[in-house]
Amino acid sequence: MPITVSSRDSALTIALSGEIDHHGAREMMAQLEDAIAERAPARLVLDLSGVTFMDSSGIAVLLKALRQMGHIGGSLRVTNIPAQARRVLDAAGVGRLISLD
Amino acid sequence: MKAIDQATIAFSSRSANEGFARAAAACFAAQLDPTLDEVADIKTAVSEAVTNAIVHAYPDRLGQITLRLRLYDGGVLEIQVKDAGVGIPDVEQARTPLFTTGGEERSGMGFTIMESFMDGLKVRSQPGKGTVVTMRKRIARRAGAPK
Repeated sequence: MPITVSSRDSALTIALSGEIDHHGAREMMAQLEDAIAERAPARLVLDLSGVTFMDSSGIAVLLKALRQMGHIGGSLRVTNIPAQARRVLDAAGVGRLISLD
Repeated sequence: MKAIDQATIAFSSRSANEGFARAAAACFAAQLDPTLDEVADIKTAVSEAVTNAIVHAYPDRLGQITLRLRLYDGGVLEIQVKDAGVGIPDVEQARTPLFTTGGEERSGMGFTIMESFMDGLKVRSQPGKGTVVTMRKRIARRAGAPK
């Protein structure tokens, strides 16, 4: 199970884990989409502490979550970003679009 | 320039092989005693190049992808990812950040990441014939490392 969902108040925290490449991203995107649609949170926090590898497929996962949160008027924050994922996000300038802790 | 060491691996364009390809490249690079960051950069760049071949070179069939790893004097690692797929009609456009023909599952940042994580990137493509992506990275000898 690549995602784990927990919630407190109006915030929904989803922990992503494992290797986020093109191979794994599709299932992760679908699970994330369902979790957001089901809970419609005001705030979504994506916790990347369990991510062991991420390439640009992970950026697509985050951008899709951002769009979905935009549609329901909610916010997105990405937290506990491991060093390798951070380098990928920085190289792509994702910090201009999504708030990264 | 003659390579000191080389390894060539051919595999099918199944997405399950993305992890295999980046692990193989990291294992080959291990003889250079790279830092963890350097290993991460190599794995990420290989992942991007191989994903491009899987998604774009062979959009509706399985094909062969060749990963060629070479080591040159001075700690220079050369990684080549080659396919015999549909080719890229406009390489310059493909390399533009955010450009993608892959829909919402792709971010259009693959080449940007390869460029920023490696020291050199060359893309040769012929529509109908295939694409060769060549990347180089110099792995610095660490202070105190044995000669």
